[in-house]
Amino acid sequence: MTPETALVAAIAVPAAGALLIGLAGKAPNLRETITLATAVTLFAIVVSLVLSWLDGARPDVTLLTMLPGLSLRLTAEPLGLLFALVASSLWIVNSIYSIGYMRGNAERNQTRYYIFFALALASTMGIALGGNLLTLFVCYELLTLSTYPLVTHHGTPEALRAGRTYMGVLLATSIGLLLLGMIWTWQVAGTLTFTPGGIFKDSVYQPLIGILLALYMFGIGKAALMPLHRWLPAAMVAPTPVSALLHAVAVVKAGVFTVVKVIVYIFGVEHLSTVISFDWLSIVAGFTIVAASVVALRQDNLKRRLAYSTVSQLSYVVLAAAILVPLSVAGAALHIAAHAVGKITLFFAAGSIYTAAHKTEISQLDGIGKRMPWTMAAFGIGALSIIGLPPTIGFASKWLILQGAFEARHMLAIGVIIVSTLLNAAYFLPIVHAAFFRPEAADATPHGEAPWPMVLALTATATATVVLFFLPGVPLELAQQLGDIAR
Amino acid sequence: MSFPGLINSWAAMALMMIGFYAVIAHGNLVKKVIGLNIFQAAVFIFYISMAKVRGGTAPILGDNLTLFSNPLPHVLILTAIVVGVATTALGLSLVVRIRDTYGTIEDEEIRAIEAAE
Amino acid sequence: MIVGQLPILQVIVPLLAAPICAILPFRRLTWLIALAASLLALAIALTLLDQVLSDGPISYLLGDWAAPWGIEYRVDPLAAFLLVIVSALGSVIMLFAPTSVAREIADDRIFLFHAMYLLNLAGLLGMVVTGDVFNLFVFLEISSLSSYVMISLGQSRRALTAAFQYLIMGTVGATFYVIGVGMMYMMTGTLNMADLGTRLPAVAETRTIIAAMAFVVVGIGLKLAMVPLHFWLPNAYAYAPTVVSAFLAATATKVAVYVLLRLVFTVFGGPAMVGLPVDQVLLVLGIVAMFGASAVAIFQTDAKRLLAYSSLAQIGYMVLGISFLTATGLTATIIHLFNHALMKGALFLVLGCVFLRVGSVQISQMAGLGRRMPWTMAAFVVGGLSLIGVPLTVGFVSKWYLIQAALEKGWWLVAVLILLSSLLAMIYVWRIIEVAYFRAPGDDVLQIREAPVMMLIPVWILAAGNVYFGINAQQTIGAAQSAAAVLLGSGG
Repeated sequence: MTPETALVAAIAVPAAGALLIGLAGKAPNLRETITLATAVTLFAIVVSLVLSWLDGARPDVTLLTMLPGLSLRLTAEPLGLLFALVASSLWIVNSIYSIGYMRGNAERNQTRYYIFFALALASTMGIALGGNLLTLFVCYELLTLSTYPLVTHHGTPEALRAGRTYMGVLLATSIGLLLLGMIWTWQVAGTLTFTPGGIFKDSVYQPLIGILLALYMFGIGKAALMPLHRWLPAAMVAPTPVSALLHAVAVVKAGVFTVVKVIVYIFGVEHLSTVISFDWLSIVAGFTIVAASVVALRQDNLKRRLAYSTVSQLSYVVLAAAILVPLSVAGAALHIAAHAVGKITLFFAAGSIYTAAHKTEISQLDGIGKRMPWTMAAFGIGALSIIGLPPTIGFASKWLILQGAFEARHMLAIGVIIVSTLLNAAYFLPIVHAAFFRPEAADATPHGEAPWPMVLALTATATATVVLFFLPGVPLELAQQLGDIAR
Repeated sequence: MSFPGLINSWAAMALMMIGFYAVIAHGNLVKKVIGLNIFQAAVFIFYISMAKVRGGTAPILGDNLTLFSNPLPHVLILTAIVVGVATTALGLSLVVRIRDTYGTIEDEEIRAIEAAE
Repeated sequence: MIVGQLPILQVIVPLLAAPICAILPFRRLTWLIALAASLLALAIALTLLDQVLSDGPISYLLGDWAAPWGIEYRVDPLAAFLLVIVSALGSVIMLFAPTSVAREIADDRIFLFHAMYLLNLAGLLGMVVTGDVFNLFVFLEISSLSSYVMISLGQSRRALTAAFQYLIMGTVGATFYVIGVGMMYMMTGTLNMADLGTRLPAVAETRTIIAAMAFVVVGIGLKLAMVPLHFWLPNAYAYAPTVVSAFLAATATKVAVYVLLRLVFTVFGGPAMVGLPVDQVLLVLGIVAMFGASAVAIFQTDAKRLLAYSSLAQIGYMVLGISFLTATGLTATIIHLFNHALMKGALFLVLGCVFLRVGSVQISQMAGLGRRMPWTMAAFVVGGLSLIGVPLTVGFVSKWYLIQAALEKGWWLVAVLILLSSLLAMIYVWRIIEVAYFRAPGDDVLQIREAPVMMLIPVWILAAGNVYFGINAQQTIGAAQSAAAVLLGSGG
């Protein structure tokens, strides 16, 4: 397969998978086999793309011209490849987990669930590999639309209300601000192609750059910068595998991915650092990190606590990009991957607790570690990674970001990272402690581990969190290449 | 513009406003149609006066006749009259059917019936 | 040579087919005639578009009387584009019609419906091809009179009052237009549009011409339901048979916008316009329509009424595009003429299917339809997304150009307003989607089957058009751009 075909196939395969899943809707076993096969194929394609990139191939495909001068276009570049790699590899694990979860909880409308899941992945690939802002925007919107039926999966009034918040915030920001920013950019710069170093000429009126930056940063609602974070806790009504892959990995990462992409390839790191009005972004991101952590401390519902933790962690990436030195940009890219594996482990654990014990609140978890040792051990490892302690990949990304912050003498960033690390520890470690060292409530109903596909999945991601610390290999390589591009 | 032309314009405008007023103010549907007719007739007068040339005759070829009224507006208005007749006919037939189904042709009563439904 | 006669054939074919239908009381036969006439009109329109794009505008003299005295038919890229929109939508809707019409119109009146449809089509096509302002009035009245009749064919007795209300307002509008035309004729001595365009500037500062401009704009504004002259439209669309609502929403308002374009650019001179500040008036009215009508649409309980108000809002976009008086703005308006015809056509036809099966288009009655009528409601989702302006649909293309036009002028506030108003569209579209897909169906809904294939095909032709021309907009944009160039060129 040439890299060019691989680029197209990365989107076509999950889309075709969605179609096949729909056709196989009557036969659950076949349907799930197709899901898994699609996920594995997609991963193989992305791996081949990454390998050919490391070999020096620079594929670039124009699919079709949409408007005069504007086309739908796919390009491979390090950041996108890293994102695609993370999303596609976790999709395999998540599919295994989904099968266990959906069957274990006897969910309804499973075919619809798998179809839209595959479509969401196709959109994610489009975001990762989009060669210009238009392509990225198109797939960004498709991702919102294809995840809506997953959020409202249960069809209860509560789910519908959450779905309205979800769609409302995401579409309102993207249509109201991001689209405006994009058309304005097209007006000013005459192109939307992602170009290393940015597309704005020096002659562009500087305050306009500031306005555009604000339009982008708040227009990308998926990055969940406060005050536009409300959709993420709302989305937690979805089945847990959706929260795990989409609202800890694909959707939210699509947000911060777009933030980094826009800063590196539309504005240009160096160009942006000359615009003085810029530093508000670090303040907003820093505020989001601390405030969301404090809110997370106060949540008793496990998934909501994880959601606020995600809000906080996403702003790490924004903050890292806002520091505007190559090292921190590389850290931002690596953090996308690090947080993904860590957080998905935590969500998997939450889902398997729900499936095995039907518990959703943290206060119910006393002593659960003895009944579900695998799950809670994985939870502990995931928590370590989010806090940023060795030996997990979370440490590596935080280290890079901190190094960048020191290089730029960005005191705000350093302070925020230290405070938030403490807060992270404060909201995760008590859970682990309660699970293993507190006695179980006397009236507890006995239960065992979750179904084996779920345990398998969460063990795999927990292992990955540790292995990546020792062998960061390809992700680190790609992140560093991005840092070079930002230079 | 000289005396007769101007007075015709005034008359046309006065008729126009009378007709327009009837359309807006009257609740009776037949009176609305009548108002519409007055309104349109005013426009016809306006066009025909516009075509009049002082001292001109009817636009028919003949010996020693050099000054004609402009025939074009006449033709136009002929068309407009036909359109007006068609509109009136359609309007009245709608009124008949409204009377059949609602039992009234008073705007307010119809509205009351619709609101009660 | 028949090719030379195409501009007149465009009008004559449906015009002659209409009386034939009126004397043949067989509904199958008249349907075939109506469909054949629409398809023939479409073929002619496509040929004309092709000719015009390659060889430039066509001028056709009626009865060979030279232009300022005789009536000139003039087909330029814009006119040809409109001809294609009108006849294509007419054909698709006719394809859809039989089953839906049989449900909504009494059997013994169906042949008359076909006759009226053909008259309406002839009137609309005539308004587009003619280059003569008075001839335009005649065609305007042909299409208006036939649409009053078609609306009154609706099942509810309110259709009668809606038709009457429309008749009164439509006639007042048309008469206003005639007054304006008379005044212009008085000052310039010509009725030919191009001629008027060259002679008006000399007298443009006179009070007569300023009054004339006001009269014609208000007259056409009534016809195109420009807020605040829109009161007839919601009732007319809500109570007319669904096929009629679809046809009127997709074509009649489009042609009215076309007439406004002609008047503002060819006759008044576009950017060089003096006298009345028509552009500023349109700017304000367009924005008011965008917000006011969308806001009202959110609170409707009847899906047809909701779409009617949404049409008002979309007309606001088109009017707004005109008010920019720039090439990009015009492109946005012209492309939206086409795009809006596609989306509203699809959405109204979907409601036709829903009415056929459910017997009502109340939103509350649509609960659970997503599962019962999957193909129908999927088409609704496509059309709805297009209305919101989601990428990969035609609505996105329109929005793109409209916002670009606003930014080009430096009116970023207007750009923000356009985007905010499309969020309102999101709210009202989503209300229906949520009910159809995520509300538990009532017991009676369980009996409902999918609409017949013969209805689904036209629905999906339009829905697919929404996506196809949203992904591959080059051709339509190209046509719209050359049309805009012609308008600006002729405006000087």
